[in-house]
Amino acid sequence: MAAAKASRAAFGEALLELGARDPRIVTLDADLSKSTMTAKFAKTYPERGFNLGIAESNMVGVGAGLALTGKIPFVCSFACFVVGRFETIRISVAYTNANVKIVGTHSGIAIGEDGYSQMGLEDIACLRALPNLPIIQPADEVETKQAVAYAVEHQGPLYLRLTRQNLEPVCPPDYRFSLGRWLTLRQGNDVTLIASGGTVFNTLAAAKKLQAEGVSAEVINAASIKPLDEDMLVASAAKTKHVVTIEDHSIHGGLGGAVAEALAEILPTPVKRLGVIGFGESGDPKGLYAKHGLDPAGLAASITKFLHR
Amino acid sequence: MAQLDAIARACRVQIIRMLTHAGSGHPGGSLSVIDLLVAIVFGRLRHDPRRPDWPDRDRIVLSKGHAVPALYTVMARAGYFPESQLITLRKLGSPLQGHPDRVALPGIEAATGSLGQGLSIALGMALGLKLAASPARVYCILGDGEVQEGQVWEAAMSAPKLGRPDHAVDNLTVIVDYNKIQLDDFTAKILDLEPLVAKWQGFGWPVQEIDGHDIAQIGKALDQAEATHGTPSLIVAHTVKGKGVSFMENNPDWHGKSPRPEEALAAIREILGVSEDDATTRALADELRALDKK
Repeated sequence: MAAAKASRAAFGEALLELGARDPRIVTLDADLSKSTMTAKFAKTYPERGFNLGIAESNMVGVGAGLALTGKIPFVCSFACFVVGRFETIRISVAYTNANVKIVGTHSGIAIGEDGYSQMGLEDIACLRALPNLPIIQPADEVETKQAVAYAVEHQGPLYLRLTRQNLEPVCPPDYRFSLGRWLTLRQGNDVTLIASGGTVFNTLAAAKKLQAEGVSAEVINAASIKPLDEDMLVASAAKTKHVVTIEDHSIHGGLGGAVAEALAEILPTPVKRLGVIGFGESGDPKGLYAKHGLDPAGLAASITKFLHR
Repeated sequence: MAQLDAIARACRVQIIRMLTHAGSGHPGGSLSVIDLLVAIVFGRLRHDPRRPDWPDRDRIVLSKGHAVPALYTVMARAGYFPESQLITLRKLGSPLQGHPDRVALPGIEAATGSLGQGLSIALGMALGLKLAASPARVYCILGDGEVQEGQVWEAAMSAPKLGRPDHAVDNLTVIVDYNKIQLDDFTAKILDLEPLVAKWQGFGWPVQEIDGHDIAQIGKALDQAEATHGTPSLIVAHTVKGKGVSFMENNPDWHGKSPRPEEALAAIREILGVSEDDATTRALADELRALDKK
């Protein structure tokens, strides 16, 4: 089994590799290239790596302009900082239909000690409202590299949500990412657990705990947050009749919101949204996950409570 | 020169006409920017209306997107779409959206109108063209009120440095349509931009100040900007909001309302310098008066 790796690190490696083959790829950063892991790309291809300084709105707009001349810009910062420039993303990127790849790293409370102001916790909720912007959140190294390659091929803007923390491998080595398609990591009959990004590994661990308690949990890795894999969602919900979403994002408007909206229209099913309630805070990542119930024990307890409500 | 002035007059008439049909829109800023657009599009722009996606075309980013009626009139005249389509402005289903929509109308380079964003897009385009070794230029037109937006200053700080030394964006000409009025009131009363020239110079921009209604001056300033190497250029064009229509000139009330048919006719006759009984405007008079009956 491969070692754990942060999706931002896998992203940096993938860019370096894809950049060697595709001269259209450029990176834009706002003084965080050492953190977003594009620094090596900029060093290797100095004519294609741009640091715009701590000015994210301008970075997003420059990315749009570069895209309109045929480049494929990866516009990178912490998820909260880049998505915080929502109005520029809305008009300069989305409405203009500029082929910009927005990359938000440091998603979720798992960044730990830096605290709430650096945590991307509402980015999915914001961007999900834009009509032409797919949202992808990979769960490990294999999936991240697939997702970055997909981003280059995809015509039009999209959002890639990445983690600071290392992610344990969860996808098989021969996995192939496909937009709008999810991956079932574990079959089950009693409850459907839909996780994404940094919470997938803990969700698998929680499913094992539930197994010991006699609960058969199906675990789905939902890298494609927009669009959802409605076929898989509905098939699994029809089988288990109980759906739980697990994400390191606000429970409002994220993966959980998207799943609840879809099921409400297609197949009304009880849904429990697990994620972050309120603001984040400083602390060690493990402690934070335990406090917010996103560790295996916390997840198992919440899921059991939901099933016996 | 006289020919460009004549085109600008014809465009002013079309601006008034289309806004009257639309029943809403922004005459003041459209009339202040039209001479700049005419001087660029008919004086020097390297483009091909039959190939709006030609990679080496010059580009215009109208960051003050609310003045897009002015841009539509020059685009129609240049052949991007039939002039008969102008009066569909702001109507359901028309590609002539109230603010520019790149996807809806080929030839529009970027969606603008949410103010403060166009300079960054133009900067990215200029950099992309330099990286591609394209000879194309990028023209970005900012409104004066728009310059209050923070993103403009992020871009202003970035542009003279970005891409240097090998890909300096000296293919970028930025023009401020300095008509001194924004939606609510005079710019000096809302949030004064002065000292505007010194601010841009402080950020490293060569700055020229011109009369933005003098086609010859505009042409010379654009020449000088194009001859500048190693840095983008700024032109502060002093203009009059509502230029050409005396009752609209310098009046904040005409930022964002369309004229009624009788007002439009008075405006058009003033622009053309003809009297009320002039025969050449009779058909237009009938057309606009009919709008009152709708």
